[in-house]
Amino acid sequence: MAHSALLRTFGKTWMKPLTLVALIAPFAFLAWQFFQVFTDPLSDAMGTDPVAYIHHFLGDTAIRILLITLAISPIRDITGWAPIALIRRRIGLAAFFYAALHMVAYLWLDKNWDLGLLWEDMVIRTYIMLGMAALVLMIPLAVTSNNSVIRRLGRKTWDRVHWLIYPLAILAVAHNLLMVKIIYGDPLIHAIILTLLLGWRVARWVLGKLNAPAAAA
Amino acid sequence: MELKFRRNSEYQDLRGEMTPHETYIRRRELLAAAGLGGAAAVLGGLPAFAQTPAQVAAGVALAAKKSAFTVADANAAEADFNSYCNFYEFGLNKDDPARHAGKMNVANWKVTVEGETDAPGSYDLTKLVDYSQLEERVYRHRCVERWSMVVPWIGVPLWSVLSKLKPKPEAKYVQFLTHIDRTAMVGLSYGGLDWPYSEALQMNEAKNDLAFIAVGAYGKAMKQQNGAPIRTVLPWKYGYKGTKSIATIRFTTTQPATAWNMAAPREYGFFSNVNPNRSHPRWSQAQERVLGVGGFNPQRKTEMFNGYEKQVAYLYEGIDLIKYH
Repeated sequence: MAHSALLRTFGKTWMKPLTLVALIAPFAFLAWQFFQVFTDPLSDAMGTDPVAYIHHFLGDTAIRILLITLAISPIRDITGWAPIALIRRRIGLAAFFYAALHMVAYLWLDKNWDLGLLWEDMVIRTYIMLGMAALVLMIPLAVTSNNSVIRRLGRKTWDRVHWLIYPLAILAVAHNLLMVKIIYGDPLIHAIILTLLLGWRVARWVLGKLNAPAAAA
Repeated sequence: MELKFRRNSEYQDLRGEMTPHETYIRRRELLAAAGLGGAAAVLGGLPAFAQTPAQVAAGVALAAKKSAFTVADANAAEADFNSYCNFYEFGLNKDDPARHAGKMNVANWKVTVEGETDAPGSYDLTKLVDYSQLEERVYRHRCVERWSMVVPWIGVPLWSVLSKLKPKPEAKYVQFLTHIDRTAMVGLSYGGLDWPYSEALQMNEAKNDLAFIAVGAYGKAMKQQNGAPIRTVLPWKYGYKGTKSIATIRFTTTQPATAWNMAAPREYGFFSNVNPNRSHPRWSQAQERVLGVGGFNPQRKTEMFNGYEKQVAYLYEGIDLIKYH
């Protein structure tokens, strides 16, 4: 695919800052709504159930950014435009940021920092356990996402650590699916998109296996 | 999570026997259009305090005397009561009923009464509800989704309505079916439940003084999104136990199939009593978020029978409420 000079300039100058702005925008929006409800309890900014709204906003944002992270490699391979991989790290870290905020909101607004209640909740509510597991799995990915650690780990170890994104994405989507009374709407869409993104990797692996014997011969 | 793959064949048989309510409603409209609407003439001669269904359009002021039923906490904001609803026939989002339910016509409403009764037939709302005896009862509405709203309902005791319908001694259950309006109810095709929405009570539960028929709330006639023009309110049970926009009342000898129980039996039982000790398989019922009070809605500890243990515990003596949830 022919890459124009315009695209190259974009990749070199605008792409990273624009991505950062796009990633922070949801947080800024939520902070503004939070401020409105905080200062005026009768504000309608977060609807009738502000706590539920915050949970859904942060959770949906986290899972969507996670899905975008998983979409980067397929986009790079299909379009052949390598520079897009440069923004994958910041998108992944943003997913962790929103997931962590999502958990802080849950601990603060829902559980009031009561660890006893938290434990009881985790044990009874399977989907909470799944969400916690997904977040915990994100931690090694987050802490190994800076240049010095990447250099020290080396390619093989880094690849193994970051392979965890696959189970954690499945846990995150399962968390989303198990919390609703009927499967429809957003949780369903997230599940479908994840299936496609994982399916693409499975298909690629299978095709690789099928082509390898031919290549060797 | 239980997915609704199983269909109860008995329920399907019963459903097939039902009077098509929406056809019935339209017949009345046709008669009215043909100039046979005698209601207008009757209205003119009624005393000032009597409110008839023709006057009780959604949102019209209703006079009701205060009752002994109150809740210590403040009422939820009326705007929240009207905009945050679960009425899946109109869509699955909380604001869908407010957006679509207004299209449902509640004028000339008829309730079909059938089953084990000596007085079957089609009833006007005035035949069922004495609009001069309306009372306001403040109940906490506790949804199975772990939120609650304190609502000042307006209506009459359920038994005052059912006793008029002369249920036979063989009748062990009373079943309520919600109206189906295929033009207004945009959510019918994907709502995830079997339609019409069905709920039921044991007769002894229906006779309990707490069981309520509501025709309004917040001093006004009910809006469609909350189940206008007539619905049940059972404050010691989860909110889904209340049937909105009742089209049919049927007395049965066997336990009727109920909507959420058919959809996911492990999650939603028949009694559906508010019970903090019995978690939903996927979430705990120990707490609830209080809605309609503004700010970052506080949590409160859920009470057994939603705080009405004294009034209803006798109904379930000796019954394992974990098993029969």
